[in-house]
Amino acid sequence: MAHRGANLIALAGNPNCGKTTLFNAITGERRHVGNYPGITVEKKEGYCQVDGGQIQLVDLPGTYSLTAYSPEELVARNYLIQDRPDAVINIVDSSNIERNLYLTVQLLELGIPVLIALNMVDMAAARGLEINVEELARRLRLPVIPTVARTGRGKEELLEAAWRLVQKDAVWAPLYISYGPDIDPVLNKMEALIGSAGFLTDLLPARWTALKYLETDGEVIRKGKEKDPALSGKLEELAEQVSQHLQKTLDSYPEAIIADHRYGFITALLKGGVVKQSHKADRLYLSDQLDRVLTNRFFGPLLMMLIIYAVYKFTFTYSKVPVGWLEAGFSELGRLADSSLPPGPFKSLIVSGVIDGVGGVLGFVPLILFMFFAIAILEDTGYLARVAYMLDRVFRTFGLHGSSVMAYIISGGIAGGCAVPGVLAARTLRSPRERIATLITAPFMNCGAKLPVFAMLIAAFFSAKEAQVMFLLTILSWAAALLIAKLIRSTILRGPSTPFLLELPPYRLPTFKGLLIHTWERAWQYIRKAGTIILAISIIFWALMSFPGLPETDRKIYDEERASIPAGGPDSQARLQVVDNEEAQAALKNSIAGRIGSGLTLITTVNGFDWRTNVALVSGIAAKEIIISTMGTAYSLGRSRRGEQIPLSRRLAADSSWTPLKAFSLIIFIMLYAPCFATITCIIRESSWKWGLFSMVFNTLTAFIVSALVYRGGLWLGLG
Amino acid sequence: MAIVPLRKMAKGQKGTIHRVTASGEIGRRIRDMGLVPGTPFQVQGRAPLKDPVAIRLRNFTLALRNNESDFIEAEVEEV
Repeated sequence: MAHRGANLIALAGNPNCGKTTLFNAITGERRHVGNYPGITVEKKEGYCQVDGGQIQLVDLPGTYSLTAYSPEELVARNYLIQDRPDAVINIVDSSNIERNLYLTVQLLELGIPVLIALNMVDMAAARGLEINVEELARRLRLPVIPTVARTGRGKEELLEAAWRLVQKDAVWAPLYISYGPDIDPVLNKMEALIGSAGFLTDLLPARWTALKYLETDGEVIRKGKEKDPALSGKLEELAEQVSQHLQKTLDSYPEAIIADHRYGFITALLKGGVVKQSHKADRLYLSDQLDRVLTNRFFGPLLMMLIIYAVYKFTFTYSKVPVGWLEAGFSELGRLADSSLPPGPFKSLIVSGVIDGVGGVLGFVPLILFMFFAIAILEDTGYLARVAYMLDRVFRTFGLHGSSVMAYIISGGIAGGCAVPGVLAARTLRSPRERIATLITAPFMNCGAKLPVFAMLIAAFFSAKEAQVMFLLTILSWAAALLIAKLIRSTILRGPSTPFLLELPPYRLPTFKGLLIHTWERAWQYIRKAGTIILAISIIFWALMSFPGLPETDRKIYDEERASIPAGGPDSQARLQVVDNEEAQAALKNSIAGRIGSGLTLITTVNGFDWRTNVALVSGIAAKEIIISTMGTAYSLGRSRRGEQIPLSRRLAADSSWTPLKAFSLIIFIMLYAPCFATITCIIRESSWKWGLFSMVFNTLTAFIVSALVYRGGLWLGLG
Repeated sequence: MAIVPLRKMAKGQKGTIHRVTASGEIGRRIRDMGLVPGTPFQVQGRAPLKDPVAIRLRNFTLALRNNESDFIEAEVEEV
């Protein structure tokens, strides 16, 4: 790795063990959040000073184990093996020490120098757990430092111990555990084979490789096959023999026996007064009492709806003020550029391309900040896990996961959300197939940018039943998202649901500093990574809608028309405006986007859309709120500002080629078609190029089919 | 003593893991969370729609779906 500095230390631990809090407490301002190559697992790096010098810290993803099933586990393991940090600080939640030590044992089997931060000792003490730290350190033969990450207690001692460990420059010394009479003989034999052949031993201890062959670890076996197919085959054969023997005699598997012995090792380790439980273990703690209410059959769902609604209100109400400042600031900037730059394509690029583009990118930032802050509260308190627990049964029916609800709600499940933070909220999902299905379907929800378009069409054609139609649209978007998720999960993302084993961590009060860091890191990542792409794309869309412009001859005709209007006449201003609008319409029709729109009418007659609607829909991929202004230009109404949809609404209502059925078919199309580019960019960042493009093509195809069915079906029923 | 599948256990009932019959990914994940034979646990409750189930073991609470709990056999006191 390029910036592998001296004194590199990795932080490893289970989810919910306080690892991130400790990382925040140790590292100061100098930190960096990125992704591990190829996957969307956050990688945090930071630095801190100790007496002798500087330590570079890398926060590994929270994992329960070092197997290769989840991307987090694989990333953590590969980092340890390939980047070979000088030491690992293993954070162990002391109130939950048995299960946390399972990861420790696997770190020790790998042989990397480890020291343990025995975290949340205050919580363990409150629960009557007494841990003999010296004895634990003696038995494990490694430093154990009690810490409380929330308050920073033990931080200095931990860093000093880490520094001493790094200075020792210890060689990797794998821990040997006995796996019993069925495994040990074959394990020893495999270890000898691996050792004498020097098979993968440049990076891995021989016994560890042997264990992975017994555990049928796909990743290690694949690497082994590349290195030495013959020996790899021999090892697989030995593993298969012992596996068959175990299935016959004990009805068990090698990996089960190995896990049993690891836990057996931990039990033995903690026996004899290392851990003392002073009061009864099955006592109900505050957290359990809270759960009795919060996950109660009746109150649970009720309170959940209230809390989710509060998150939504918080995100969208309080962000309105800063969003308003940003919008005002950018429109002022636009006016300034408009009045100070000479007319021409350069001015148009600056005003419509760059300023509108940057404004579009930054306009989402307050929303994202507020959304991540609200989610950070739910996540850090432990409530989000309860939401997934309560809703899993419902969402699983559609091939999703209990945690999908957050992405749906924020994307506009309660009308008026935004798919950009919604897509980012799907990060809390750890099951890959469910996560992709959520990413693809969340943009079906009615986001705040689609609402003005719907409102315009509803005002024109369904003005008597505004509220009912709006409610119907919310129901329709939920139905579409869930059903299409089901469709995706039973076709291209087919496969059993990812095992759902979710820890319900004790409720905890988050620290304000932790919440702020959490929020800021994620928002900054959006600005840096997504922002640049969105800006580039908004410039491309500006070009599509501005070029090639009107031919010289046509422009002359409009100039002459303008010249023919007598200056200072009573209606000269209005007449000039009419000519300007007509010219803008002609220029739009002649632009690349306009030509695409005209070309598309070949297909979209099925849905009842003409070129004006088509060009508006094309521009809507840049941002849904642009649909109204593009349509306004296409109907020669001038470039209407955001929110001014009344003239267009009247114009459409008066147009005999428009019917309520056609308007409804358009609403359905807008609800379902390609997400806006900001959202597509986020989908790409959260998954891959493939899925980003897929969401664009698949969602548009879905929109086309459903809206055509609505329109043609309606005509057939005589509703047109 | 009787052996029952975890799915059949009632809220509040205590038991000891007897056997985990899954292999592969599900088996690994179940064992990684500390559900290995001999581990005492208690059924803490079920979600509002009866699935998933929450159990308490080794001082923490774990939720798992009925589908996953079918792989887990528990030893319980006979009622």
